[in-house]
Amino acid sequence: MTTNHDDLRQLKDQSQYDFTTTYEYVHRSHKGIGADIVREISAIKDEPQWMLDFRLRALDIFFKKPLPTWGPDLSSLDFEEFYYYVRPTESKARSWDEVPDEIKDTFEKLGIPEAERKFLAGVETQLDSEAVYGSLKKEWENQGIIFVDMDTAVREYPELVRAHIGRVVPIADNKFSALNSAFWSGGSFVYVPPGVQVDIPLQAYFRINAQSLGQFERTIIIADEGSSVHYIEGCTAPQYSTAALHTGVIEIFVEKGAHARYSTIQNWSRNVYNLVTQRAVVAEDGRMEWVDANLGSGITMKYPAVILKGPRAHGEVLSIAFAGAGQHYDAGAKAIHLAPYTTSIINSKSISKDTGRSGYRGLVKVAKGANGVKSKVECDALLLDPGSRSDTYPYIDVHEDDVQIEHEASVSKISEEQLFYLMSRGLSREQAAVMIVNGFLEPFIKELPMEYAVELNRLVALQMEGSVG
Amino acid sequence: MNTLEIRDLQVRVADEEETGILKGANLVIRAGEIHALMGPNGSGKSTLSYALMGHPRYEVTGGDILLNGESILGLDPDERARRGLFLAMQYPIAISGVTLYSFLRAAVSARRGYKQTARDSGGGHRRSPLLPGREFRQEVRAEMAKLEMDRTFLRRYLNEGFSGGEKKRAEILQLALLKPEFAILDETDSGLDIDALRIVAAGVNRLQSELNMGLLIITHYQRILNYIHPDFVHIFYEGQIVKSDGAELAEKLEAEGYDWVREQFV
Repeated sequence: MTTNHDDLRQLKDQSQYDFTTTYEYVHRSHKGIGADIVREISAIKDEPQWMLDFRLRALDIFFKKPLPTWGPDLSSLDFEEFYYYVRPTESKARSWDEVPDEIKDTFEKLGIPEAERKFLAGVETQLDSEAVYGSLKKEWENQGIIFVDMDTAVREYPELVRAHIGRVVPIADNKFSALNSAFWSGGSFVYVPPGVQVDIPLQAYFRINAQSLGQFERTIIIADEGSSVHYIEGCTAPQYSTAALHTGVIEIFVEKGAHARYSTIQNWSRNVYNLVTQRAVVAEDGRMEWVDANLGSGITMKYPAVILKGPRAHGEVLSIAFAGAGQHYDAGAKAIHLAPYTTSIINSKSISKDTGRSGYRGLVKVAKGANGVKSKVECDALLLDPGSRSDTYPYIDVHEDDVQIEHEASVSKISEEQLFYLMSRGLSREQAAVMIVNGFLEPFIKELPMEYAVELNRLVALQMEGSVG
Repeated sequence: MNTLEIRDLQVRVADEEETGILKGANLVIRAGEIHALMGPNGSGKSTLSYALMGHPRYEVTGGDILLNGESILGLDPDERARRGLFLAMQYPIAISGVTLYSFLRAAVSARRGYKQTARDSGGGHRRSPLLPGREFRQEVRAEMAKLEMDRTFLRRYLNEGFSGGEKKRAEILQLALLKPEFAILDETDSGLDIDALRIVAAGVNRLQSELNMGLLIITHYQRILNYIHPDFVHIFYEGQIVKSDGAELAEKLEAEGYDWVREQFV
């Protein structure tokens, strides 16, 4: 890293790391897009001029950029129909009674504790995990780790934010990254000093702040030389949201010899467009892993990317998608090999049922001079009924001879023989199908921390309810 | 007394020609009895075993199957299994990503009546729909030791990459844990070397006497019957039982082959 982080390591007193940011204002912007809203957001957050300029520049670019001409049909997406800023406390002020029964019922089925349910449903509450979190915070502080929400980061660490924001995902990368850059709110900022190993996964979930999982979250993670960190975003429980458009931008910097992993479990309600840009740049001998599960939302477009810019850098993208009725995933991965002896593994698994569509769209690119590159892409699709659909669009763009690239794809169905075998041992048809599906997902699930793995298994079972036989 | 009764059973195979159909099979198996069903390839032996277990590809067109006096024709395979019927398959199916342990625990829990949807309504805590892990693990390990199976098998995916002999041993392990009232062993001896056959047979004999199971051993060769001694031997030919007798019938088949059966019953 070239930035001087010394000032960042002088951590302030603990109160500044309280993640429940409070604002004086009670405000919601008018519907639709405009520079006035951008200015309002920036003013409410009391941002420096450079941040406002960044936002305004982004808005300009957003207007000029066309929608993607490929992938899912976005013609029904009307940008004027959304609110682009809702003050966090207002969105949290919802009471438990207002949460739809369908969501409550799902929480019940998942067996999520009462307090947690309220948090997940956006009802303001105090979590039991706060006590645990308090002691963790102290430990992190002592190691010089920064883990704050982005608003706080802009106030407390402006130089560091300024040096990194928009560097891996440029404003103009795509229409949605521009939209996010103009209206971003919430998200996390993580900095891990050189050589520091963060033992416990950093979980956005711990941060009791509705913004953290917000509409336009912006996250920056910096793993400095030789450090390691695992960041987990999202939750297996359904994220109830009244806002129907989510465009996050996640930028990760993996410095020399560092190791970062970013895990997401996305389960937005079905009315949501989920259009996310997440990208990591990896220096020599660094290692980046995206672990990405998609179960919710209506339309999802996301292609976690690794840019392998230093020799021997390694990137992995492991993803699963489970598309049910009315859901369309256009998800995948990108591995950009810019340096010699860089390696990448992409493993994508998708399940489709009840006419759900799940597609893999991926790119493996090897630049001139990046000799000795190895890349392996594996896409497996499981179709649960005849009306469901899976598509694979692998793109390979190689400018060097000495490379090894493998691509494997498979499409399978749950076989009658497998169901019969399991049923002949006493498992119901549904239990048997869930078991086969969980087995299909196992290589992914075993990468998750235990509690997430357990919840994901349950969630898969829920998605499967009534789907077989 | 527990009985499994096959009454004039007629079966046809969906989307297939005339091969392997049943044309009115009759057999009564009582608790504690060992029956061997022998016959040439294509005589319908496996069709009978699948039909007994309720495989959807095998359509019963006439007759009945009664378990303890009640017809089970309308029941799905899982319901038949939970009522105490077991089929050790000739070709056990591999399920990727599902460990032998988690499969066994789910299956045995289902057989022993742990409700899959049991849930505590208050406090958000869930009652496990599965047998307590610690006790079950001990039980499984004890059974595996008796079958001389390495316990590392528990972490492997169900039947995936198992050798023929390992698959058959895993079938008998399931039999041991599910403790059925009636078990059908379909060509369990195929793919077993002599040592494995001895171990598997010893396991079946032990379980048979412990549980007082009724057993139906389906086999092409007499070999397994040197280790598991049948009370009755039936010759299956062209979808029917054409001859029944004591253990000596198996020896005659071994010595003379099936040619005389063909001549006598065509």
